[in-house]
Amino acid sequence: MRALDAVTQDQIKADIPEFREGDSVRVNVRVVDYKDIKGGKVGKRERLQAYEGIVIARHNNGISSSFTVRKISGGIGVERIFPLHSPMVESIKVVRRGVVRRAKLYYLRNLRGKAARISERRV
Amino acid sequence: MSAGLIARKAGMTQIFTEQGAAVPVTVLNVEDCRVIARRTAESDGYDAVQVGFGAAKRHTSRAMQGHYAKQGQEVMGALREFRVDAGDEFELGQQLTAEMFEAGQKIDVAGTSKGHGFAGVMKRYNFAGGRASHGAEKVHRQMGSTGQCQWPGRVFKGKKMPGHYGNERVTTQNIEIVRVDADINRILVRGAVPGPRNGLVEIRPAVKGA
Repeated sequence: MRALDAVTQDQIKADIPEFREGDSVRVNVRVVDYKDIKGGKVGKRERLQAYEGIVIARHNNGISSSFTVRKISGGIGVERIFPLHSPMVESIKVVRRGVVRRAKLYYLRNLRGKAARISERRV
Repeated sequence: MSAGLIARKAGMTQIFTEQGAAVPVTVLNVEDCRVIARRTAESDGYDAVQVGFGAAKRHTSRAMQGHYAKQGQEVMGALREFRVDAGDEFELGQQLTAEMFEAGQKIDVAGTSKGHGFAGVMKRYNFAGGRASHGAEKVHRQMGSTGQCQWPGRVFKGKKMPGHYGNERVTTQNIEIVRVDADINRILVRGAVPGPRNGLVEIRPAVKGA
């Protein structure tokens, strides 16, 4: 795969903050709204939507790298997988750093409330 | 009809569009592609160009050396022919580059598929196979029935059975070119292309479709 890195090099983002599993992040996602305007035209409006939660997995593979963010929304667990280098991911901000001893925090899926807390890592 | 190119499949990766969609692409390196010979209707019965690809291999047979010498060309690594129209002008030794194609264009890509050896029907033809349990014995990956009974009393020709799979010429039609990097002679096409990494493929304008 190394030989193909050159192909995607210009799309690899350089400004990604350092974060790992257990950290809480706020991801600003570009969302495009389509609206029908009179005369058959379609209006396009772009806005940013924030998604905040705990990073439970990272997948490192060049341009295909991704990370999974889990949050509890209205009492229901929601997980979103973001392609790390996608232009739709506008920015990533680390909100809180966590102490974890695993690379994949899938066990959080079986935990609720207090048990699903992650203690903070002091840097 | 314009000529085609020979390229080496570098592998697959993905690139993002401005809209944020991830496009799976196969990277094809054109390297050194030159016109070696011209076939004409008068002398050969058909019109084509013979295109050479890449650096010469360690050994080239005397016959091949003679063929290149006759055309006054240097020995190259591989030869392929592409049908062209009678009026098309080509110079011997003319360099063919990725520039002859453009992004968005549809192309056909032909190559030799990966060899799978002697394969059973599940791998070769996607048969369903048998059950894993519930009394199934030794029939987990077998093909089941091969036909009817006393009439027709034989197995029809062409019945799909185990056998050699892969390592044959395969053409994938109507592949879209995602990007052409003319400066380094590289073409990115959408989706998969026959053959292994480092395999040679032929690129020509799509026969069907626009």
